Parts: sequence; C-alpha cells; structure tokens
Amino acid sequence: MTVDLTQISFNEEGFMTDPHQWTKEIAEELAKQEGIETLTADHWKIIDFCRQVGLASGKAPTLRQITTGTGISTKDLFALYPKGPAKKVARIAGLGKPEGCV
Amino acid sequence: MKTFLILGAGTGGTMVANKMAQALDPQEWRILIVDKDENHYYQPGFLFIPFGIYSPSDVVKPKRNFLPPTVDVIFGEIELIEPDKNRVKLNGGRTINYDYLVVATGSHTRPDLLPGLVDGGGWRKNIFDFYTPDGATALGRFLKFWKGGRMVLNVAEMPIKCPVAPLEFLFLADWFFRERGIRDKVEITFATPLPGAFTKPRASAILGNMLAERGIRLETEYAIMEVDNTKQVIRSYDEREIPYDLFVTIPTNMGAEVIGASGMGDELNFVPVNKHTLQSVKWENVWLIGDASNAPASKAGSVAHFMLDVVIENILRHMEGLEPLPKFDGHANCFIESGNEKGVLIDFNYEVEPLPGMFPLPGFGPFSLLKESPANHWGKMMFKWIYWNVLLKGGEMPFESQMSMAGKWK
Ligand SMILES: Cc1cc2nc3c(=O)[nH]c(=O)nc-3n(C[C@H](O)[C@H](O)[C@H](O)COP(=O)(O)OP(=O)(O)OC[C@H]3O[C@@H](n4cnc5c(N)ncnc54)[C@H](O)[C@@H]3O)c2cc1C
Repeated sequence: MTVDLTQISFNEEGFMTDPHQWTKEIAEELAKQEGIETLTADHWKIIDFCRQVGLASGKAPTLRQITTGTGISTKDLFALYPKGPAKKVARIAGLGKPEGCV
Repeated sequence: MKTFLILGAGTGGTMVANKMAQALDPQEWRILIVDKDENHYYQPGFLFIPFGIYSPSDVVKPKRNFLPPTVDVIFGEIELIEPDKNRVKLNGGRTINYDYLVVATGSHTRPDLLPGLVDGGGWRKNIFDFYTPDGATALGRFLKFWKGGRMVLNVAEMPIKCPVAPLEFLFLADWFFRERGIRDKVEITFATPLPGAFTKPRASAILGNMLAERGIRLETEYAIMEVDNTKQVIRSYDEREIPYDLFVTIPTNMGAEVIGASGMGDELNFVPVNKHTLQSVKWENVWLIGDASNAPASKAGSVAHFMLDVVIENILRHMEGLEPLPKFDGHANCFIESGNEKGVLIDFNYEVEPLPGMFPLPGFGPFSLLKESPANHWGKMMFKWIYWNVLLKGGEMPFESQMSMAGKWK
C-alpha cells in the first residue's frame, strides 16, 4: 500500500509541519526516502519515544535525550539511522527539525 | 527568621546575593550562599589565556570580595538538595533548611564522557581544553612553543556555555599564528555537531564566511565518538576520521552532579524551568538563574545578568502572594572576539535571531551588530572590568533586560 504524501504539509526542509497528520504509513514512506527500507521493532521503539517527547514538549528530542530515554546507545542509534539520527528520526516521526540549541 | 538560600556563588548566585541583600529586611531574613570554591573565575577570560593575552592571575579573585557583608557565605560542597523537604545537605553532614532556594550551580565540562580524551595518553600533552583555568593555562604553554601542524577544534555536544567561544578561539588562533609567522604551517579544522558555524541562520552564514576567509575548514554535523590517541585522529559515529597534531576539545557541558543526584534535572543535569518566569516547574519556592536551568537561551554571563531583574522581581512578588510575571525573553548579548583587535557583537532572544544593526543606540552604536569592528573588540575587553566592578554587584547596565528591536535591520 502506498500513502498519498501530497495531502500532507511539509516545510522547505522536508519536515512535516503538523505532527497530528502523522500516521505509521507516512513514517514508513518517509523512512524509505531516508534510505531505510523497513522499520524494525528497534526503529519503532525510537520513533515512539520521539513522538511521545515531541508531542508533549512541542520539540523533537536531541540525540542525548533519545539515548537516555530509550537506553539505546549512540552507536546503535547510528546503526539504525545512519548519518544524523536525531534529524532522521524527527523527520520520520513527523516532528520538526531538532533545534541546534543556542 | 526566614532563610533565603543561594546555591552557587558564580556569576548568577553572586548577583542574586547582592540584589537580595538590598531587597530583604535583615530582621526578617537570613541570606546564605554556598559554594565549594573560594575563587571566583572570570570565565570569559579563559579564552585569552592560551594566546598569552591574559595570564591565569587576571581571571581569578576571592569570591568573598563580591558578596555583601550581610550575607552568610559557606564554603563547602553541596551534596544533596531535597526540594520536597525544603532542605539542602552539605558535605560533612551540615543541613540547611530554607524558605526560598535559588539554584545557581552553573554548568561545567565533562571530558571524562568521551572515550580516549583524558584516558588515551594525550591529555594535556597534545590534547587540551580551554574551558577550565588549568586547561587554558596548559594550552598556553603548549602554543608558546608549537611549530605548527594540524589543529582540530571540536565541540562534543550542544548546548555549551558561551556558544560563540569556539568561534572566538578559532579567530584568535588564526591571528595568533599569523602574528607568530607560522600561519602557513598550521591547518585549522573546526568539527561541530551543528549544521553550520553557529546556531542561528543569519549569524551562522556571516560567521561561517569569516571562517572561510581565514582558511579555517568547517566539518559540520560531526558527532564525535572517540579520540584515537595512537593514530592521532578523532572519529565520529558516522566514521569520519579527522587527523590532528593538536586537538582542542570543548567537552560535553553538564549541570552540577548534585542536580542529578537530587533527581532535579534533565538528561544533562539542567533543572527544568519556566523559561519566562524563571521559577522551577516543580517547586514554587525554587528559582533558577544562569547556566543551571534548562531554559533554551544561551548559557552566558550576559544572559544571567538579563535574568537577574526578572528572577528578583518574581521572587519578591511570590513573597507577596502575587503571580510571577513572564518577563524573561531569552535575551543574550555576546561580543565575539575576531582577532586583530576587532570583534563582532550579536544581540538576540528566544524569538529574534541575531540581526545586523547598531547597539545600544540606533544609528550610533557605538557597537555594530553582526559586523566586525574595533569598537566591538574594546567592548569585549571592557567587559572584564564591568564584570568585576558592576555586573557581579548587580549594578545598573546602560540597557534593558529585554531585547530591543531598535537599531536592528530586518
Ligand atoms: C571559555 C568561556 C568563555 C566565556 N565567554 C563568555 C562571554 O564572552 N560572555 C558571557 O556573557 N559569558 C561567557 N561565558 C559564560 C559565563 O562564564 C557563564 O555563563 C556564567 O559564568 C554562568 O554563571 P552561573 O552563575 O550560572 O554559573 P557559574 O558562574 O559557573 O557558577 C556556578 C557556581 O556553582 C558552584 N557549584 C557547582 N556545584 C556545586 C556544588 N555541588 N557545591 C558547591 N558549589 C557548587 C561552582 O563552584 C560555581 O562557583 C564563558 C564561559 C567560558 C567557559
């Protein structure tokens, strides 16, 4: 099944602007765009955590918040989401870009 | 007698002690401040020590000199904060009960968190930090005789206090090597976890250009995994290796360990705060100033200063049973030393990124925003005098705590 991403609003950097439009199917589609063919249980554990934090605080969690919150090591996080995990998960989880703090 | 307790006598705690000594009735209130270190360090000065511009003795004075005589000063380690019981335990068994608590325990670097940094053999030999007085001094000794090679500066993780300090270090290093006639023998790389030179887009572009002009290589989105002392490379999680002869680190910055031990902090031991009122989100008689909070503002002395009036007013309101006012806007004002006796000034808050213009007087300055000028350099150098003589004592500064759009160009 494919999802119709044209109904979803994205900002110029490809991040969803309304986290409430997000569905699991959208996540799978966005993951493919990020080069992740299938989302495993470990991937989902991180996405679920980020959704939870993101919806509560209005902000995508940082790398350290993800590793502390899920107990997954930074190394494993990079294995699951190569290159920039915090940014990738945020995008797949339908959240804004994690702010580089001031 | 009621107790007003301040934890930490650094920039923020000292200012609060001075203001509260004026505001509270000494018949009714006892003001106590605790710190483990009798020395007050002018931390912005650490930046200049590696280049021989300041000596270690320029940046340290006794804490007692900056605290009013009516304030009880206790030198000792805070071991546990129990905000549910309104009490604090010090090392050695002493317990202090309080009515109001201000947490001003700041932030500090944790080099122990990065594998190979302090335990790989190169620490303080060809690996240095400059966020501590010892590190800055050791680096100064190294640079004095260095003949050149590959220098790599890395920020391990954000947030760090004084987020412009890495850029200043690079600009000063470039200038220092030029002055010594060895710039052509030094390759400078800046490896940062950020997507650019700085956090905010316009400033990042301008400051990024200033790096490029000076031939400083920028490696972005760099999440450092380890320092390999044998191969002399740093390695990121995505397997990018950067070779070094001299590695300068800004390690992860964290809040005080006692915050974590007391269960009061986030994953970096910063205390969750209402970012506009500076009240703890959990305990209504606990207030925050400076680096110790998780407010998404810069961790800087200037920010602590802009927090001061807001936190004092809100504590006094709270004592009268009034609601706190959401007046803190995240205002930060940072001089960025750019070498060759010039500097750049940035002024911003939670909502408004650094913009070009003049400061504090529209059209006149004397400081120019987001642009190099000699006046900005003198502003930075004057800051040391202002810090010791005006700022710490809670004196008036010639501008408001809230950021102003006057003089800024959109
Ligand atoms: C290299 C460098 C350059 C900088 N440049 C600038 C600049 O140009 N402009 C600017 O505005 N800011 C600058 N800063 C940042 C500025 O120095 C800090 O943001 C500021 O000092 C924070 O004040 P604070 O009161 O929150 O913490 P601090 O001043 O760090 O004070 C915290 C105090 O708490 C005490 N403490 C902590 N834990 C305990 C405990 N368990 N028991 C007892 N005592 C404890 C510490 O001993 C310390 O005295 C710079 C910092 C560095 C490192």
